[in-house]
Amino acid sequence: MQPPPAIRFDRLGQVFETRSGRVEALRNVSFEVARHEFLAVLGPSGCGKSTLLRMIAGLLQPSSGAVEVFGRRVTGPREDIGIVFQKPTLLPWATVEENVTFPLRHKRGRAGRPDRERAQALLRMVGLEGFGKRLPDELSGGMQQRVGIARALLMDPDILLMDEPFSALDALTREEMGFDLLRIFGERPKTVVFITHSVSEAALLADRVLVMTGRPGRVMTELPVPVARPRGRETIEDPAVTGLAAQLRNLLLQREAA
Amino acid sequence: MTLSIEDAAPRGQAAARRPDLRRMLAAPGAAALLAILGTVALWELAARVLGIPGYLLPAPSAIFATFPSIGAARWGSHVWATLRVALTGFGLAIAIAVPLAVALVRSPVLNRTLYPLLVIVQSTPVVAIAPIIIVVLGAGDAPRIVITTLICFFPLVVSTATGLAATPPELIELSKSLRAPPIREITQIRLPFAVPYIFSALKISVTLSVIGAVVAEFCASDAGVGYFIQFSTSMFKLPQAWAGLFVLAAMSLALFQAVVLAQRLLFPWSLPRKP
Repeated sequence: MQPPPAIRFDRLGQVFETRSGRVEALRNVSFEVARHEFLAVLGPSGCGKSTLLRMIAGLLQPSSGAVEVFGRRVTGPREDIGIVFQKPTLLPWATVEENVTFPLRHKRGRAGRPDRERAQALLRMVGLEGFGKRLPDELSGGMQQRVGIARALLMDPDILLMDEPFSALDALTREEMGFDLLRIFGERPKTVVFITHSVSEAALLADRVLVMTGRPGRVMTELPVPVARPRGRETIEDPAVTGLAAQLRNLLLQREAA
Repeated sequence: MTLSIEDAAPRGQAAARRPDLRRMLAAPGAAALLAILGTVALWELAARVLGIPGYLLPAPSAIFATFPSIGAARWGSHVWATLRVALTGFGLAIAIAVPLAVALVRSPVLNRTLYPLLVIVQSTPVVAIAPIIIVVLGAGDAPRIVITTLICFFPLVVSTATGLAATPPELIELSKSLRAPPIREITQIRLPFAVPYIFSALKISVTLSVIGAVVAEFCASDAGVGYFIQFSTSMFKLPQAWAGLFVLAAMSLALFQAVVLAQRLLFPWSLPRKP
């Protein structure tokens, strides 16, 4: 028997009751993410992309349909999932290292020596070696987001959810972070769901791109990225990547014009 | 000691080279000190030139002359009586307000039931409740401490609750996804995030605590700076009453600065970053 996919959405719908009435955020969303696959989710603002992530993490229950993670229906918060938010949202009073070990300290009350060593290794991996004793305030926005990535990787989750993680960064830093992600996931494969507004980022990083429609969010189309790994800086110039980016841009623009 | 919350203006390069008036004024507290001294000098001048009678507005020199005549021991005992009540009431207010704020944030039911009650208590003038509390609780520090706590604690509850609720929602989601014990969401995330809010309330409350102690002394007491002022005015010793007022102002200022210093030493990260 084939092993179940890492993530499976089955005819999922989400309706929010708000003061101004019912808002249908998602309708009949079905897709799968294979183990160690990097899926980018692209779509207009307010199409329920972040809601998808919350459901995978078990922070939100769908109104209809189901989400399965490794073949098991998600009914509550799951610990085997790392989350990287749009903003770094670090603890301003804690050092960089303490921020990375935070999930463990929060769960168990304290972090031991092996945990701190692990944090050091993760900081090295995200290119922040030697910054462990600094406060988040002393770091640039890009560096802070690297700390956020290291924090999400601390528990060595099978699944990493990234909610527009680079949208607050300037264009150059953003590109640099993209290349770093390619390297990090090259060393240590993860199942990643990556939400973004950037078509070139999606084409550069992902194995597959899921394009969503506006509210209510539905799956418009899925496009594979026809570029082999490992990818690097030169990949961004690859005609297959630029071609896909153009195609994605057209899809999104068409949608907005309609 | 600085008299403003933020330190004085940054020094320019030109100002750093030669010592001029602008640079001296830039030294922490210098401008404030100068303003105070200037006001006192003007006051003295006005009192002498215009010949304002002492029972209307005593000259600063007449006020300061009463300090040695009262003597350090008497001042000390009055200051201690007021300070003791103010600090105990302030401490009690913190001890009640912070857990109460946590409860209000954690429980929507408490928020809906207790919060209106708090607003009603706050809307009732403490000066009006004070005599009632004194009748109920009798003589001694207890009623005065209760009055002080009543006047101090509302800003603390409101600010702490606001701070606890202003925590980034992402971190609360992170906490939930980790399935950590709920108490750690309070101790490791919400309370530290509320620290700047708590300290802005502490700065207000600590000066209110002096007001509370004085209000209580006005109602019933035989010691304290408030009592000393009331006693002095009843004897028409106006300069002496003014001297008591100066002492109260100095006490409030010192307590305020102590809170500022505590924040700077214990939670330096909670201060706005200087450019």
